[in-house]
Amino acid sequence: MSHAAVEVTDLVMRYGDVTAVDGLSLRVEPGTVTSILGPNGAGKTTTIETCEGFRRPHSGRVRVLGLDPVADAAELRPRVGVMLQSGGAWLGVRAEEMLRHMASLHAHPLDVSALIARLGMSSFARTSYRRLSGGERQRLSLAMAIVGRPELLFLDEPSAGLDPQSRRATWDLVAELREHGVTTVLTTHFMDEAEVLSDFVHIVDSGRVIASGSPGELSGDGSRNTIRVTARPGLALGPIADRLPAGSSIEEPVPGQYVVTGDVCPPLVTAVARWFGDQDVLVESMLVERQSLEDRFLELTGKALR
Amino acid sequence: MTPLDLSPAPGAAPRGAMLRSQTAMELKLLLRNGEQVLLTIVIPLILLLAGTRSDRIVDLGPGRPIDVITPGVLALAVLSTSFTSLAIATGFERRYGVLKRLGASPLPRSGLVIGKITAVVLVEVAQLALLSGVALLLGWEPAAGVLPWLWLALLAVLGTSAFGSLALLIAGTLRAEATLALANLVYVVLLVAGAVLVPLDRYPDAAQSVLALLPSAALAEGLRDTFAAGAPHWSALAVLAGWTAVAGLLTTRSFTWE
Repeated sequence: MSHAAVEVTDLVMRYGDVTAVDGLSLRVEPGTVTSILGPNGAGKTTTIETCEGFRRPHSGRVRVLGLDPVADAAELRPRVGVMLQSGGAWLGVRAEEMLRHMASLHAHPLDVSALIARLGMSSFARTSYRRLSGGERQRLSLAMAIVGRPELLFLDEPSAGLDPQSRRATWDLVAELREHGVTTVLTTHFMDEAEVLSDFVHIVDSGRVIASGSPGELSGDGSRNTIRVTARPGLALGPIADRLPAGSSIEEPVPGQYVVTGDVCPPLVTAVARWFGDQDVLVESMLVERQSLEDRFLELTGKALR
Repeated sequence: MTPLDLSPAPGAAPRGAMLRSQTAMELKLLLRNGEQVLLTIVIPLILLLAGTRSDRIVDLGPGRPIDVITPGVLALAVLSTSFTSLAIATGFERRYGVLKRLGASPLPRSGLVIGKITAVVLVEVAQLALLSGVALLLGWEPAAGVLPWLWLALLAVLGTSAFGSLALLIAGTLRAEATLALANLVYVVLLVAGAVLVPLDRYPDAAQSVLALLPSAALAEGLRDTFAAGAPHWSALAVLAGWTAVAGLLTTRSFTWE
């Protein structure tokens, strides 16, 4: 059994009187994509930057590839790819020049031209960093993180500021890196990103991990899923409530919108559809909704994510 | 087009290759920056040309103006590159996360510093060669022999160490805008009142003993003595070494990378 790619145990980080990370523990298995999900100010960046060796833990323990990120920095730096949340390049440097410079610091870098083509950077390869848009800077920053062919990647909000196409391209690349055995740790405050991309999600709030698991596990077991029915408003719900299985309920929060909550299974769906039919009411739409990671997050923290 | 092989193959480039790459990058960015070229080449050149006529503007004391002004202009060239230029560039590298990003790359921190120093030294070699050449064409008569030129090299190294440490001290503690303002202000103040172009003995008697402790005065006086008499006074070397020691110590204690 090889050790964890990243292991954080009881990490505490303070800035003056502010405790940014408050006893955070998490583990990243080799070869996985792991998301650290949480709202702004939850301690995501502080945690990831401590793993990158930029900060020394005030207390607790951090191990990256079995090594100490500060004491063993020289050994770790070539093996770990880093994408900062912002900045990281000279204003006067051209995108391709910056990428070639990063490549030159590594022993077996990716082919820079091929990487530029792959990430759709050709149109701005000769543009100075000063003139790049936010999304172009993000793509360059991602390219800089992977050009040295690291075995472990830390991506701090990799798709912030990206248009939908670039975002999809970033996701595809992370998935492909995973197929090649690269471990990725990313921070995000996008639910869909965590849900689509990761094998494992740690939900962080106020400097602590409040839930961990695969996206499926975190979204729940189905007991809180819903069926949403659009039909004529104002139906008497007493009769149907009697016919629903125990643990289920129906309400009409908005006129014409009926919400059935419970263990959503095929018989329940059939029962609901039949009841509307028996009333001679035309169902205009019927939607089965799985509880999302977002619902779960709201339930855990009572806070909306941005 | 080569297909992308995304499988991990980590490793640092050989140290020499990293240093060459980093130094080349520093030089390229320096030369691309018009203000820096103005500061390091154009201004000293103008002052050298104007200095040959300086007897009409300011009394430089005994001796031909070109012989008095040239060592001062060489000192100014060292000041502009190792202090003002280095401080501003490093301040903005810190501000824009360049130092942080390179700190996460295989390039060791010592490599980052060596790259900077090498770039500064190469620019200075070019500056000193160009300015000395122009001065000789204008009729500058330095003390004879190779020795003054060796003293020039030593004084330039000491001056660069002192000014470079001060530059990193400012750039590593203040915000980039404050660094920009302070580095330019110090440049102008030392140029006017730091005994760079005007010899120390032209300043009021009361001020001389204080001004003599400035790194600018030590470097410029050292160069004037060298090219007039063949060697600097030991006090010039001591003052520059002292500034290097103090600023170097403070810099290593206070420098933050972001």
